[in-house]
Amino acid sequence: MARVLTNNRAGVFCVWLFVSINLVNSNNGRRASDGLEAEFNGLSVPLEHSFELDDVAKFQLRGSLMLKTGREPSVSLNQNQLSEEDRTKLKEVAAVDGLYRIRVPRVFLQADKQTEWQTEGHLTAFVRACAMVESHLSDVITLHTDVSGYLIGVSIVTLPGACRGIEVEDEVDLEVFNTTLSIMAPVNAPGPETALFIQRMEQEFEKKGKNPQEQKSFFAKYWYLILGGAIFLMVSNSAQPPAGGGREQS
Amino acid sequence: MAAICLKVKEKTEVTTTYFLFLRKRSQTAAAMAKLILLLLKCILFCGTVYAVFEDQVGKFDWRQQYVGKVRFCHFDGHMQSSKKVLLATESNVFAALNTRTGEVLWRHVDKTGPEGNIDAFLQNGQDSVLVVGNGRVLRSWETNIGGLNWEVVLDSGSFQSTCLVGQQGTVKNVAVLKKTAISLHYLSNGHQKWIENLPDSDTVDYQTVYSGGNGEVYVLGVVPHSHIAVVAFSVDDGEILKQSSVEAPWLSSIPESCQIVDQEMLICVDSTTMSLYTLDLTLQLQMNQIPLQSLELEVDPDFRPSLVSHQPNPAKQPLSEFFLQLGPDRYVLLQFNSGQIVMLRDFKPALLVSFATTGEKTVAANKLELTCSLLDFGTQIWNLKIIKLASTINLYNAETGRRLLDTTLIFTMDPNGGKPERLNIQAFLKKDDSVGYRVMVQTKDHALTFIQQPGRVLWTREEALSDVLTMEMVDLPLTGTQAELEGEFGKKTDGLMSMVFKRLSSQLILLQAWIAHLWKLFYDARKPRSQVKSDISMENLSRDEFNLQKMMVMVTASGKLFGIDSKTGGILWKHYLENIPSNAGFKLMVQRTTAHFPHPPQCTLLIKDKDTGLASLHVFNPIFGKMSHVTPPALPQPILQSLMLPFMDQDYAKVLLLIDDQYKVSAFPSTKYVLQQLQEMAPTIFFFLVDSSQGRLSGYRLRTDLSTEQIWEVILPTEIQKIVSVKGKRPNEHVHSQGRVMGDRSVLYKYLNPNLLAVVTESTDLHQERSFVGIMLIDGVTGRIIHEAVQRKARGPVHVVHSENWVVYEYWSTKSRRNEFSVIELYEGMELYNSTAFSSLDRPLVPQVLQQSYIFPSSISTMEATLTEKGITSRHLLRIVSLPKMFLDPRRPEMASEQSREENLIPYAPELMIRTEWFINYNQTISRVRGIYTAPSGLESTCLVVAYGLDIYHTRVYPSKQFDVLKDDYDYMLISSVLLALFFATMISKRLAEVKLLNRAWR
Repeated sequence: MARVLTNNRAGVFCVWLFVSINLVNSNNGRRASDGLEAEFNGLSVPLEHSFELDDVAKFQLRGSLMLKTGREPSVSLNQNQLSEEDRTKLKEVAAVDGLYRIRVPRVFLQADKQTEWQTEGHLTAFVRACAMVESHLSDVITLHTDVSGYLIGVSIVTLPGACRGIEVEDEVDLEVFNTTLSIMAPVNAPGPETALFIQRMEQEFEKKGKNPQEQKSFFAKYWYLILGGAIFLMVSNSAQPPAGGGREQS
Repeated sequence: MAAICLKVKEKTEVTTTYFLFLRKRSQTAAAMAKLILLLLKCILFCGTVYAVFEDQVGKFDWRQQYVGKVRFCHFDGHMQSSKKVLLATESNVFAALNTRTGEVLWRHVDKTGPEGNIDAFLQNGQDSVLVVGNGRVLRSWETNIGGLNWEVVLDSGSFQSTCLVGQQGTVKNVAVLKKTAISLHYLSNGHQKWIENLPDSDTVDYQTVYSGGNGEVYVLGVVPHSHIAVVAFSVDDGEILKQSSVEAPWLSSIPESCQIVDQEMLICVDSTTMSLYTLDLTLQLQMNQIPLQSLELEVDPDFRPSLVSHQPNPAKQPLSEFFLQLGPDRYVLLQFNSGQIVMLRDFKPALLVSFATTGEKTVAANKLELTCSLLDFGTQIWNLKIIKLASTINLYNAETGRRLLDTTLIFTMDPNGGKPERLNIQAFLKKDDSVGYRVMVQTKDHALTFIQQPGRVLWTREEALSDVLTMEMVDLPLTGTQAELEGEFGKKTDGLMSMVFKRLSSQLILLQAWIAHLWKLFYDARKPRSQVKSDISMENLSRDEFNLQKMMVMVTASGKLFGIDSKTGGILWKHYLENIPSNAGFKLMVQRTTAHFPHPPQCTLLIKDKDTGLASLHVFNPIFGKMSHVTPPALPQPILQSLMLPFMDQDYAKVLLLIDDQYKVSAFPSTKYVLQQLQEMAPTIFFFLVDSSQGRLSGYRLRTDLSTEQIWEVILPTEIQKIVSVKGKRPNEHVHSQGRVMGDRSVLYKYLNPNLLAVVTESTDLHQERSFVGIMLIDGVTGRIIHEAVQRKARGPVHVVHSENWVVYEYWSTKSRRNEFSVIELYEGMELYNSTAFSSLDRPLVPQVLQQSYIFPSSISTMEATLTEKGITSRHLLRIVSLPKMFLDPRRPEMASEQSREENLIPYAPELMIRTEWFINYNQTISRVRGIYTAPSGLESTCLVVAYGLDIYHTRVYPSKQFDVLKDDYDYMLISSVLLALFFATMISKRLAEVKLLNRAWR
C-alpha cells in the first residue's frame, strides 16, 4: 500500500516538473506558436540500450526518437517491446546489480540540411538495472541541448528510483516501456533587476511623502523616551556614590 | 584534464563515532568546563562588535611580503654606509631590502605577465634604471625612498640590450638597443637625446650595446655562422663613426659567448674549435684566434665554456681580467695584457665566481681595489650521519690572482635547500684599508641568504613563498599528556580493573596539567602583553585548546615545501624537492590526519609533469616535513586523475586512487586489506574525467579487478563553448541545517548533493552581443544534468564558489560593463525525498532552482567560502573583503513582506555595496592574491583564512561574530574578585543573620 502511495506522489511531482519546464521555456521569451509555424522538420534518431551480465556494453536498438528541429525543438519516442529473452536477461542483470545503459547519437538540432545534423560520437547515461525492473520500466529520459541546439547530454532516471529488492513476479510488467520524454534547453539566467528596484524605491519615496507622521521632528517623536531617560539618570545618579565606592574597593 | 575527487555514499560508522566522542570528551573535558563557564558569562556581556580594534592589529593576523625569484641584483653602492640591496625579480617586482634585517624597505609591483617583465636593470649612484615590458617603458627610480624619477614610453620594437653611457668620467646617458634602432636618453630626465636606425637590420641580428666611456657607443650584431657586424655611434649626435664586419663563421650568439674586456677588446670563446678569439673594436681588422691548448687549458667534455667579465664604472673601461669557465666546477682567471692572454690562477673546485669592486672613492694610493671571490662547494663532512654541506668563500685580488688575507668565509648550507646559483658580493674597505665583504647567496630554491664574515648568516628570505601553488592546513599533534590519554584507548588487551586504574591515573595527569596551565595563564595575565613570549619551536609544537594554531603546508612552484606555523607565520620546516619539472602541477592530499596517534600524520604530494602526464609521489609528515618511510609506488604510466577515498586502511591512512591513461587504477597504500576493501566497494566508487580540449565530461565506475568502465558521457561542442572550470564540493565540509525555516514555520529543504559539480563554460565567440557564460550543474556519479543556464552578454574570467546547496559565480557583463554576481540555490522542496541517506542513484526528482544576480562595484581576483567545524556558522564568501552570504540569496524578495521579515531576508537591492567593515585585511594590502584557503578551527565561530599570492596573509574571520568567545579585553581579575567578594559577603551575612536570630531567640 505504501508503495502505491509513493508512486502516486512521484507522479504528482512529475507533473510539477513538467510545469516548471514549461515555465522555463516561456521565460525564454519564445512563443509556442513559433514551434507550430515551423514546418515539420523532424529527424529520427535511434535510442539504444545495453544491459549485459558482464557489464560490457553491447548496444541494441530500443526505439527511435523523433526530434523536431527548429527554434522550438520537441521530441517523441517510438519504442519496441522487450522480448522474452531480454526480459529474463534484464532480471538477471538486476539480480547482480548490473547497469542499464542508454545512448543517443550526438545531433545538431538547428541544422538546415539533413547532412549536417549528425556529428561523431554518442551520449551515454545509465541507471541501475534493478531500479529499471522495480519501477516496471517506467523511466524519465531527458535530452539536454546547449544554446545553439547541439545535443550535449542525456539523462535517465526511474520512478521510483530506489532498489528495494522487490521481486517482480509478473512478466507483463516488464514488457512495455512507460517513458516520459522531454528535451531541455538552457535557461536564461537573470541579470540584476534594476528596473523593479528603482520602481520600488520610487513607491517608497511617494509613500513617505504622503505619510505626515514621518515628517515629525526627532523630539516630537521621542519626547517620552528622552524624558524617561532623564528621570532614570537623575534617580540613578543620586543612588550611585555608595555603590560605586564599594566596587572600587573590591 | 581537470581532476576532482568524488565521495560516494559515506558509510555511517556508528561504533567509531561513539569512541571518538568518548575520546574527545575526556580530552577536552577540562576545556569544555571552562568554556561553559565563559559562555555563561558571555551571555551577560553579549553585544560583541565585529571589527578590529587598533590594539588588535597583528594579534590574530600576520602578513609576509615577498618579492619573487631574483633576476637582477645591485647593492646600493653610492654610499659606504648604505644598507640597501636593490632587487628586480621574475615576478615583475622592483624592491629594496634592508641588508641588516632582510625586510622590504619599499616595493613596486608591476603588471603580471610579459607587460610588466623587467628586461634590464642598471644602477648608477642613487638612480636605478629599468627597462620594462620588452622595451616598452624606460623607468628611473630614486633608490632612497623608492620614488619614481621619470618614465618614458619607448618606440615599439623588441628589446635587445641596454647600457649606461659615460663620458669624461661621469655617466649621463643610457643607451637602449632594439631590434632595428638604438636610442640614447638622458639619465636626469629620460628625454631622448637621439635615435638612429641600425644599418642592415633585416639581415644582422644586433644583440649587444657597449660603451667604454670614450664618446663612442658600439653596437654589436651577428649574422649567425657568417660574420660580426660592428657599428660605432658618436655619443654626441648619433652619427655613425665606423662600421665594419668581421668574419666569424663559428659564432651564433654574442651575449652567450663573448665579453668585452680592457680597452674595447671583444673576447669570445668557441667550444667547437676550443679557442679564444679576440677582436679590437677600434681597429676592427679580424679576429685573433688563441687556441686554449696554447694556454695549457682544457674544456670538460660536453661543457660549453663561458666568460665572465666586469665593468666597475660605466664611464671607464672594463677590467682586463676575466673568468673563463671550463667545467661545472672549474674556472680560470685570465688577464688580457697587450695582445697576450696570461693565466693568473686556476680555480678548481669552484662552483661560482663573481667580481666585486670597492674603494673608488677612497683617495688612498691604491687604485680600484679589485676583488674576485669564489665559492668552494661540496665539502661534505660526515657528522653523526648528518651531511653538513659546508661552503667556503674566498676573496682574491683580481689583478694578481693572490688570495687576500682574512677573507675566508665558511658557512653551512641548509641541507633542505637547493644549490647556490649566484653570488652577489658587497665589498667595502675597512678602516685599515683591508677589504671586508658581505655576500648574498641565491640558491636554486629561490632563497636569499645574506652572510657576513666570518660566516654568520644575517638573514634568509624564502622567496619561493611568493609563488605558492597549493596548500593545506593540518592540525597540530596533541601534547604528551593528551597523547597518553589517546594511548589508553589504543590498547585493548587490558582487564577491567587495570583499565579503571589507567583511566584514573590519566585523569589525574590531565588535572595536573590543567592546574599547571591555569597557573601559567594567571601568571601571564599579570605580565604586560609584550613580555609574554610566544616562541614556537619543533619541541613545543602542540595543539592549543581551540585548535586555532595549525600547520600550514605550502607547496611552491620551485618545488620547495614549507611548514608554517599559522599563529606566527614562522617557518618550522622546509624541504626542497630537486628535479621538479618547470611546468609541474601539484596536488597535495592529507592521507592521515593527526587524530590517529601513534601513527604519524601523512601527506602525499602528487607531482605531475603537465606535458607528459608522468607523475611521482612524495610522501611526508606534514608536522616535521620529514620524508615518510613508506615508499610510494613508481608510476610508469601518465596519470589522468587521482582521488582520495573516504575509507582507510588498517593504519588509518586514507586510500589514494590513481587512474592512468590506460584507465587502470592503482591504489596507494596498496596492502592486501586495502585491495580487499576496494573489491568490496568497487561498485560504489565512481569518478569522472574532464577533457576541456574536446569538451568531454565522462564518468567511470571502478570494477572489482581495478579496471574501469565508462558509464556516462556529456559532450559540449568546442566550437560553441569551452569548459573553463569544474568545481566540486569540499569533502571536509559539514552542512548542519538541512533546510531553511520559512516565515510560515514550514521548512524548505536544501538539495544537498555531495557529488554535484558546477561546470562553467565560456563562449568561443567573444563578440559582446553574442558572448555568454554557461553554468551547468551535473551529478558526478550519474552524469545527469541537474540544471543548465546561460548568462547572456557576459564574459569571463568567471570565479565560482560551490558549497552546501548553492553556487555563486562572478562574471563581467559586456552589456553593462560591470562585474556581476549571480547566485544559484537548489532546494528539494517542502519534503525530503529520502531523509536518511543521500544517493545520487536514487534521486529521481529535479530540485527547485532559484537564481538572482547582483551588481558588484569592484573586480575580483579570487573567491572562496568560509568553513567551520560543524557547519552551524553561516557562510561568508571571501575575497579580501568578506561578504556575508546573506546578501547573496536568491530568495531576497522584491517587496519586504511580514513573512520574509521573519525569515531575516533582506529586500532585494541590485547593487551590493562594499561596506568598510567587510574588509578583513584592514590596511594590509596584499599583492596579487592567487588563492584563498579556508580551514575550520576548534571554535565554531572562527574560520582561519590564508590568502596567498605574492604576499601571504593569515587571519581569522567570524562569519557569525564571536558568539562563543569572550572579548579580548575581558577583565578576568575584576569578575573573579567580584565573585570572591560576593562569596565572602554571603558567608559573613549568613553568620550575622545567625547571630541575629540567636539574639532574637534569647530575647
